[in-house]
Amino acid sequence: MQRTSDQASDSKRWGAGALVFGALAVVGGISNAYVISVLTIVLLFTFMGQSWNLMLGIGGQLSIGHALFVGIGAYAVAILNIKYGVTPWIGLLLGAVIAGFVGAVLAWLSFRFEVRGIYFALLTIAAAEFARIMFGGWDYVGGMQGLFYQAPSGAMDLGMLRGDARFYYFVALALAAIGVAGTELISRSYWGYVWRAMRDDDEAARALGVRTFRHKVLVVSISAATAAIGGGVLGLVQGAIFPDSIMGMAISVDVLIGPVVGGLGTAFGPLVGSMAAIPLHHAMGALGDSLGLPGLNSVAYGAVLILVVWLLPDGIWPAIVRLYGAIQLPAGGRISQLRKVEE
Amino acid sequence: MLSLWLNVIAGGVLVGLVYGLVALGLTIIFGVMRVVNFAHGEMVVFGIYIGYWTVRIWDVPIVLAAAIAAVVMFVFGYLLETLVVKRFVNRPHHYQFIVFIGLSLLFSGVLLMSFGPDPRPTASQLSFQTVSVGPLTLDWARIQAAATAGLLIAALGAYLKYSAFGRSLRGAANNRLGGLVVGLNIPRIYAVTFGIGTACAGVAGALISPLFDAQPYLAVDFTLLAFVTVIVGGLGSFGGALLGGLTIGVAEAIAALMFTPSMKTALPYALLIIILIFRPRGFFGAKDI
Repeated sequence: MQRTSDQASDSKRWGAGALVFGALAVVGGISNAYVISVLTIVLLFTFMGQSWNLMLGIGGQLSIGHALFVGIGAYAVAILNIKYGVTPWIGLLLGAVIAGFVGAVLAWLSFRFEVRGIYFALLTIAAAEFARIMFGGWDYVGGMQGLFYQAPSGAMDLGMLRGDARFYYFVALALAAIGVAGTELISRSYWGYVWRAMRDDDEAARALGVRTFRHKVLVVSISAATAAIGGGVLGLVQGAIFPDSIMGMAISVDVLIGPVVGGLGTAFGPLVGSMAAIPLHHAMGALGDSLGLPGLNSVAYGAVLILVVWLLPDGIWPAIVRLYGAIQLPAGGRISQLRKVEE
Repeated sequence: MLSLWLNVIAGGVLVGLVYGLVALGLTIIFGVMRVVNFAHGEMVVFGIYIGYWTVRIWDVPIVLAAAIAAVVMFVFGYLLETLVVKRFVNRPHHYQFIVFIGLSLLFSGVLLMSFGPDPRPTASQLSFQTVSVGPLTLDWARIQAAATAGLLIAALGAYLKYSAFGRSLRGAANNRLGGLVVGLNIPRIYAVTFGIGTACAGVAGALISPLFDAQPYLAVDFTLLAFVTVIVGGLGSFGGALLGGLTIGVAEAIAALMFTPSMKTALPYALLIIILIFRPRGFFGAKDI
């Protein structure tokens, strides 16, 4: 009985996902350039939000320095492509490998010596800020002047991952779909159960025979590698990268705002949250510019973060799900009840 | 050459005392409430702006500006705790962190909207007056800031150690439930603690306003500097904050002499990484969180 209802809600969920992404594909086909450019960013941060979501929402490790991994990915693609003409596909792969390695080393060093919770979060910020300053002083990677891609010639080139804005919209859409489906699949896989177990109660998981140290390093490493792939594409979309913009604190906040606003630990949360927060940020930025009030976008972001954690601690998506009761939350969706992680 | 080094180290010690005061604010809030104030740097920047405006409008001595900053920032911190922070005290740490990132964005946005992005130097005659002590030549702004910060740290330490309120505050820090059982007014203690913590940051900001131009973007650097300082000393430790402040002040001064300016800004982060990895609880840190 249970099994059939699970299967029914399963196919419903996958169906709903297919419907949403189908609709987004249609939107990409008919929208104007401005809508496309904003939505491309939304979808890229959905994907990067998923990687952050994997780390905290499922793995229980808080990172405030995801800009480090995003930046590594962006630089790997840019250096190989701009300096040596290598296809971004190789750059994305290499960036993911390097970021995964850096993440693993960072996690290994931290968890080896029991640097956990907020100490680990501070370590991630410190690593990101340190890297940002170092890249700014490093001439080989362009220093503060950054690196610029050549403008795409117009024709779509999948092999070199170059094309117009609409092309990148569909690249971002594909990434977002992979991110949402990947989170869904991982959270039901063996690893997903192990990671949630160690997130909820590290000691209990260890007592059951889970090698939590190894799994923590693994979840940080995978999260870092996926963030780097998002960063590589983000750099291509923006056409130029600078240490302050691609490795700054603002990127780390952009990455975490989607999952926090939308719903930590859920597959759809980062998409819903990015859809809600990033266009608001853009609109407030434009409004602030026209009123001569720089900083309005930052006020809006801050207010959204505080209000969501205050009023909807699970995020928007779980609230919608509860309201309609149509779709079952995946296990571990109720992250606000989590106490053990940082205490 | 020797006198240059001595001067640099003395300057570092003087600024380090002010860093110690900033870190003390952070560490008191954490020690009592177990809350990680990621918007602490904004409080310092508020203090710098208070210093800037009071000196600009009334031309008051910087010590008086610091007193004004203390009152304003205490009230601000008290209100912030009762209106916002208290709702998140019992939430998991990562939620608090995210709320404080929100507050930090909110405050720096408000600063940017109010004052714009341009740096505002506090025109104080202090910055140009120097004092010679033996081989040392020290500027008066640093001496005054360090002396005020040192006195405040000592006074605060004595107050927390000997006053009735200090005892109840330490009691609440040690054991919240026990404190409630013996009838401590925990909500009021928390609000006052947060007020004291933000006042420390505000005073420090006002004191260094002759040295740092007021600018909204400074906040993140001060937040991270405060974290480095308390982690060097040990989060939640009073003496640790002071020692951490002195260490960072001197290390920064030496780095400024040895490296390019951009490397100087990277130093606190490098220190934080090294210390977190090899001595996660800092020099004095004991409590696990």
